[in-house]
Amino acid sequence: MLKLEKIDKRYADHHALKDINVTFKPNETTVIVGPSGSGKSTLLRSLNLLEQADSGLYTIDERTIDFSQPITTETLLWTRRKTGMVFQQPRMFDHLTVLKNIIEAPIQVRKQKKSDAIKHALVLLDEVGLNDTANRYPYQLSGGQTQRVAIARALAMDPEYLLLDEPTSALDPELEAQVLHILNNFAKAGQTMIIVTHNMDFARAAADRMIFLEDGSIQFDGSPEDFFDHPTERIEHFLNAYKFTE
Amino acid sequence: MFSFIATYAPQLIVAGIKYTIPLALISFVLAVIIAVIVAVIRSYQPHTSGIKRLFWQIIKFIAWFYVWLFRSTPMLVQLFIVFYGLPKLGISWLSPSAWSSAIWVLSLNTGAYASEAIRAAISSIPDTQREAAAALGMTDLQIFVRIILPQATRVSIPTLANSFISLVKDTSLASVVTLVEMFYLSQQLAAVSYNTLQMYTLVGALYAIFVTILSIPQRYIQRWADRFIKVQG
Repeated sequence: MLKLEKIDKRYADHHALKDINVTFKPNETTVIVGPSGSGKSTLLRSLNLLEQADSGLYTIDERTIDFSQPITTETLLWTRRKTGMVFQQPRMFDHLTVLKNIIEAPIQVRKQKKSDAIKHALVLLDEVGLNDTANRYPYQLSGGQTQRVAIARALAMDPEYLLLDEPTSALDPELEAQVLHILNNFAKAGQTMIIVTHNMDFARAAADRMIFLEDGSIQFDGSPEDFFDHPTERIEHFLNAYKFTE
Repeated sequence: MFSFIATYAPQLIVAGIKYTIPLALISFVLAVIIAVIVAVIRSYQPHTSGIKRLFWQIIKFIAWFYVWLFRSTPMLVQLFIVFYGLPKLGISWLSPSAWSSAIWVLSLNTGAYASEAIRAAISSIPDTQREAAAALGMTDLQIFVRIILPQATRVSIPTLANSFISLVKDTSLASVVTLVEMFYLSQQLAAVSYNTLQMYTLVGALYAIFVTILSIPQRYIQRWADRFIKVQG
């Protein structure tokens, strides 16, 4: 369980997160939506401690982090072991082959045996439909393929929570569909995911729960049915922006 | 003309093989080691506080001072200070021989320039790489050694190759600390043969040949280093 309480984060001239209280349960797919600059990415990155909030409490399973106190390196690494991250850009390690990208952290961080790491990596590559690319370098793959490798790379650490920050925003619709299809499969298999996306069709199909963020505050936290079928005036306005009309 | 080359070239080449090439190769290896250490220190941004932070600030200042000192004084002056100046202190272990003065100065000087090349290469690797590795739970040291440094190596190779070429030619300065390397020998031979134009042209040509031969590995090293990027053509 991930639980955020009274999370507050300010940048120099911007109040990014205001009194965020939210709990993410295992085996659920949560989709976070909201306008640009609403704090979606900051919220997601806080869960992986790539951003550190100014104040508030963050509970991961049995451990609680108080953001007003310095975070120890041990807690930082422990938290990142539990939470995998996929970014908007694949961020491949360009000097490593696809396989080595995936086994790097399992071997270095989890101290897995190389043969076990490779075995696991090949299973994951198969699941993302790229089992013939293991020995290629990232530059030899397309953007959609590298993003699928990035998903496999994050999953190779067996994270309890997979965080995805607009994982398909840099892809054309066809490649986006492939990636979303794969994510949907993982969601159905019980992988806990927290996804920031602008794809409302995917949100509707995959989400167990919707969160709508605006101006750094949670405006909606509930079921996708309520979100899409009984929206508030503000949410309806937000959703309408995704339908192109003249 | 041919007899001139046949008479003098072999002696000069022997001096080159005995002095110029070992000076250049040994100094370059030391320079790269110094450069990597200095570049790492100057690139490192500690998150620590208190006494540890102060410690790092002092180390970083020393690294900065070293680079500033060796880049802002002529190598000729550095050689004079080390070879003729340090013995005046009367401390025996600080009084280097001609060989070791030349190697110290050539490697420290080249190391100062090369450290800037490596530092630039390290900072050219996008921060998104560091973040992606951090998100996987890698430690700062793992990220640096396994993710940043291999990519920075590729970026720094052309500049390091340039430093190496300069270094081969700069070994001629070792003549001022009494090392009879290729250039010093050519001066001695010119003094007795009176063929100054031919003699210095010949030694210049020999430097060009040495540099060209010593640069051959660069192509293969670069090809290896470029294995993970799309090469044009």
